[in-house]
Amino acid sequence: MKYDIAIIGAGISGSCIARYLSQFKLSICMIDKESDVSCGTSKANSGIIHAGYDPEPNSLMAKLNVRGNELYSSLSKEVHFTFKRTGSHVIAFTEEEKKVVQDLFERGKKNGVKDLRIVNAEELRSMESSVSPDALCSLYAPSAGIISPYEAVWAIAESAVINGVKLFLETEVYSISPRDEQGYFSLHTSQSDIRSRYIINAAGLYADAVNAMAGARQFCIQPRKGEYSLLDTKCCSLAKSVLFQTPTDAGKGVLVTPTVDYNILIGPSADEKSEKDFNATTRSGQEYIFEKAEKTIPDLPRRSIINSFSGSRAIAYECGEDGKPGKKINDFIIEEDESIKGFITVGGITSPGLASAPAIAEYVSSLLEKTGLEMRLNPDYNPVRKGIEVFKDAPPQRKEELIEENPLYGRIICRCEMITEAEIVQSVHSIIGAKDLDGVKRRTRAQMGRCQGGFCLPRITEIISREKNIPMISVTKNGRSSFILHSKTR
Amino acid sequence: MTDLPVTQEQMTCIICPMGCSMEVLIEHNGLDKKVLSVRDNGCPRGEQYAYKEVSHPTRTLTTTVAVRNGEVPLVPVKTSSEIPKHLLFNAMEILRRAAVEAPVECGQVILKDILGTAVSVVACSDVGKK
Amino acid sequence: MKQDFCYDIIIIGGGPAGLAAACAAREQGVERIVIIERDLHLGGILQQCIHNGFGLHHFGEELTGPEYALRFITKVKELGIEYKTDTIVLDISVGEKNCFNERQKAVTVLSVKEGLQQLQTNALILAMGCRERTRGALVIPGTRPAGIFTAGAVQRFVNMEGYLPGKKIVILGSGDIGLIMARRLTLEGAEVKLICELMSFSAGLTRNIVQCVENFNIPLKFNHTITKIHGKDRVEGVTVSRVDAHRKIIEGSDEFVECDTLLLSVGLIPENELSVSCGIALDAATSGPVVNERMQTSIEGVFACGNAVHVHDLVDFVTEESIRSGKSAALYVQKNIQSAVLRIPVRSGNRVRYTIPQFVDSLDQPFKILFRTADEYRNVNICAYSNNKKIKAVKKKIVRPGEMLSFEITDADLIKIQHDITVAIELPEEDVD
Repeated sequence: MKYDIAIIGAGISGSCIARYLSQFKLSICMIDKESDVSCGTSKANSGIIHAGYDPEPNSLMAKLNVRGNELYSSLSKEVHFTFKRTGSHVIAFTEEEKKVVQDLFERGKKNGVKDLRIVNAEELRSMESSVSPDALCSLYAPSAGIISPYEAVWAIAESAVINGVKLFLETEVYSISPRDEQGYFSLHTSQSDIRSRYIINAAGLYADAVNAMAGARQFCIQPRKGEYSLLDTKCCSLAKSVLFQTPTDAGKGVLVTPTVDYNILIGPSADEKSEKDFNATTRSGQEYIFEKAEKTIPDLPRRSIINSFSGSRAIAYECGEDGKPGKKINDFIIEEDESIKGFITVGGITSPGLASAPAIAEYVSSLLEKTGLEMRLNPDYNPVRKGIEVFKDAPPQRKEELIEENPLYGRIICRCEMITEAEIVQSVHSIIGAKDLDGVKRRTRAQMGRCQGGFCLPRITEIISREKNIPMISVTKNGRSSFILHSKTR
Repeated sequence: MTDLPVTQEQMTCIICPMGCSMEVLIEHNGLDKKVLSVRDNGCPRGEQYAYKEVSHPTRTLTTTVAVRNGEVPLVPVKTSSEIPKHLLFNAMEILRRAAVEAPVECGQVILKDILGTAVSVVACSDVGKK
Repeated sequence: MKQDFCYDIIIIGGGPAGLAAACAAREQGVERIVIIERDLHLGGILQQCIHNGFGLHHFGEELTGPEYALRFITKVKELGIEYKTDTIVLDISVGEKNCFNERQKAVTVLSVKEGLQQLQTNALILAMGCRERTRGALVIPGTRPAGIFTAGAVQRFVNMEGYLPGKKIVILGSGDIGLIMARRLTLEGAEVKLICELMSFSAGLTRNIVQCVENFNIPLKFNHTITKIHGKDRVEGVTVSRVDAHRKIIEGSDEFVECDTLLLSVGLIPENELSVSCGIALDAATSGPVVNERMQTSIEGVFACGNAVHVHDLVDFVTEESIRSGKSAALYVQKNIQSAVLRIPVRSGNRVRYTIPQFVDSLDQPFKILFRTADEYRNVNICAYSNNKKIKAVKKKIVRPGEMLSFEITDADLIKIQHDITVAIELPEEDVD
């Protein structure tokens, strides 16, 4: 198999790059070791499309954050995922913090963030009535927004596949041979070999390992684990926009935000001592995020917690002695490698990675152009991808039409979120179809309600078994050996 | 008259959800046990239960049996009366391999005389044909 | 949307509560009744409760869950009561009072067979049952592997579909469902390695401790809870820790137990999404609707019964309560219910967690108060007070949170009731009378 471009990593960066490049006449493949797209950092994060006042002015992060934020409106409409421009507040509770807010305001202006302003306590309370009375003022950024990160990645990746990108899942790259005489790299994977003229390393937590495989620039990715907690949708009035506290060295701190599905999300914590593929929640982590979040919204209702999870961000460091992390690299690493021509690193994509991703794609494209790659427009390029039509939100007339067209819209499977059998079946047969329970969950929201799958788990397992024509005991939660059931008893 | 050892034991009656806590005097003759008296039983069935539980405990078995060509794959079943407690796992083995053809009617005998106990296994619900 | 259908009573839920209420309403003489059931068959949760212990009070026989349900399903069919299965209620709306002083209720239902329909009704009976508390709500730290189930989901897999979820099982919670499943899974060839109970006593029936746990030599640890889940793809084990008298984890008491399945039997919560959406007042102590002695909610003509109101231990009491509810709904439709509404509050006094009903609207007939204690107590007096005067006391040897209690208010008691009723548990040393 020969390609012009091989993208390693099907998270937000890889998917945005794949889709952007699919508008050109190039043969492109996207490779990921997991059984689905969006299974790395893109699966478990705050889902914030930052406004762009945080990054250092003139850094790559600053430029791409602001540009990416702009691009989300059109992107979300073209490929059909939910994006809400809720706005955000960075809230100051002390005089010291007021100075930080002022600094962020100045920085934001330098970065070109639109409509930023500082609001006083009274105006803040009128916009967000649950905020602590200790709040003194806030930096209000109307351009900030929220997405469901895995919904977005899936939609963007499907759009890429519609336009000819080949997706290789469950394919782990083990080694990379340098460009041969014909100018092709060889990627040796857990499946078969893939040859490609260019490689784009968007491997997230493993970007350092992939760079090392190619003999490219060395750096060290340290996972920074963040724990989150999700509150029942009945708490949705607690926050209408993203509520930050003032940032520290450890990052943007604990936030309280609505999600696109009307839950309230609290988190993240910042644990530097974790391993790359190990995302467990802890008692101390959960207590920490509540304690911190209550500075913003006092008396958070712990009885309304419906779930907790954790995800890791890829923080890049220079490699110190003994391969241990040295100095932190405070910007994205997006460059054609100096010594390995044709190898483009997209590394250290930590916050504001999600917000920047559409702009990262534009930037990577410009880097490719600079290498001399011929990039003619693909006349068949279709920017539009139609997702699954959601029953719950349709007006009564449209609900009836949906049932006419597809009777399975007449059976609700996930009672908490009102998801129908039609949506679940479509998620299995979609362009990048769900293969397991978590795949169905990410595409349809089934199992994300207050009963967390208690009612619908047996039913969704049956549907996957039926639609994929596999026995019930082969159905997994999220691939590999995560089987739901042990054996048939009769 | 030999002096056989006698113990006083607490026993919970399981005949009904009351779960009366009873005091039972038991005489031991080697491995054999005999109930001498029962106290604090809420009703006569409790006393009967205590005697039986010590000498030859029995239980009702409730489980499921596979249905062929039915609208659902399993039918719930029960033993029509109690069977010796030590035969429960053996009975499960037999019923795991059994199958009944739809339609099934509640009360229908699925298996007669399980393990020579003279007790039948009966269906506990109706199952229509597919 | 089709809007032709008009009923006297719509019953939401075709489990034991809905079935009994429907029969009672029909026997009272109401014609246009329909039961709406989301599952493929009637019977509700009883379909998967294949064990026995049902019907001792109501039928004087010991039946399995499916047999108990079949008695009522047969009766519903014999009485010619309409029912729709594989049909779910999307929405309830309650209208303004019309010229007959009635509030019409509109129920939007969805099914594959009939699509979207709006049904109009005079009276509504909410019998939606309950759902299970989840791992997410408990905030058990650790990874999120496959193999974590609520007891009800496993019961469905094992008893209705014929699948074993795992081979080495740890159960959290010693309520009846957890105990019953411990036995069931053992009989089906799994190893139940441990049952962990946070409290110092079981929330389930003692009878189940004996016949489900002791009889199968399953270890049961009180004052223990699960503090971590391990495993990448599938559960590999859990960390079990001891707790003190205040339910706080004792440091250093952690123990790893290897297993491939974690079963959660940690509580049931009345299902009231629909009740909330049409503005019915809920009681925070039960998570169910506030009801009066006729099982009428805060909205006139909307009644409720069964686990949707408060979680029961015995289905026989669900049936009794639902018959009352069905009869009341029928009398309402027949305009035979007095409009005088006394609103006498029934309060939870010392050591009582909640009472059903929470209000009494008429004192013309005897009624029952159902309630639960907060803890286990022995040799107590169950007392009723009105206007701070003790009007009744009944001795009881033992009371437990896991066994619902009932208190009869007889004709003789009715005349002693004035502005309020309080039910309380008095300890022997407090008995001053």
